[in-house]
Amino acid sequence: MTLSPGTRVRARLADPDHHTRVPGYVRGQTGEVVEAAGQWPLPDDRARGITPPRVETVYSVRFPAAGLWGSGTHWVVVDLWESYLEEAG
Amino acid sequence: MGAGHAEQPAAVRVRHLEERVLAAGLASDGEMDAVLARLYAHASPLNGARIVARAWSDPGYAARLLADGNAAAAELGFDTAHAGSGYRLKAVANTPGAHNMIVCTLCSCYPVSLLGPSPSWYKSLPYRSRAVREPRAVLAEFGLDLPPDTQIVVWDASAENRFLVLPARPAGTDGLAEKELAALVTRNGLIGTAAV
Repeated sequence: MTLSPGTRVRARLADPDHHTRVPGYVRGQTGEVVEAAGQWPLPDDRARGITPPRVETVYSVRFPAAGLWGSGTHWVVVDLWESYLEEAG
Repeated sequence: MGAGHAEQPAAVRVRHLEERVLAAGLASDGEMDAVLARLYAHASPLNGARIVARAWSDPGYAARLLADGNAAAAELGFDTAHAGSGYRLKAVANTPGAHNMIVCTLCSCYPVSLLGPSPSWYKSLPYRSRAVREPRAVLAEFGLDLPPDTQIVVWDASAENRFLVLPARPAGTDGLAEKELAALVTRNGLIGTAAV
């Protein structure tokens, strides 16, 4: 999966019982890819001692405040590993 | 996490963590000391200010900074991509219509070598929770009242991806040399909680 800037994506809603780096405030929320931000080991794997950890593309994704909080005009940009995302179409 | 955990003094908690790292064979005391020494020996907001002043003075450098923060920092002698504890440095530019601010909602990620040790408020729960929720109100409390039509972008940093705000060059600074420009830049300006 390669996500180009502008692609609409949804952060996964799952609430795993292990460490993850999907902030609660974006779970299930729809945003837009700003850019790819490099390839990094998946924190979920590193925290569980899985070696080698999966290495994934991290995407900077911007979410509109109105979607996150019901009000506001700002954007919040969050870095999300590829497996945290699904295309929103 | 037990109820007593958060009540322990930070130094005690840090030592517990260090002991777990040692016991797991992940690093020696000496290696941890070396990382901390490298992290703090030259860490200062003067470094970030130098980057900003160069970008204000040299449009070519500004373009390179926005395209690849690590490479642009390296041009001035700042190593942010070193193995083991490196990160991607992303510079975000303020413009007349857009203002950027940095937060780390998870903890306190931040480019320490370029901005110096982070201020206590940056690590506080109120800042970390409110910056993403109501940045305009937070900025007003810092004394920064932005025009209503300024687009605010809040960047939630991570260990792997850290940010530096490139403030807009203040009016009336055309004749200033790079060193004088650097003296105008504050740590809050580099975080985005001040105009410069």
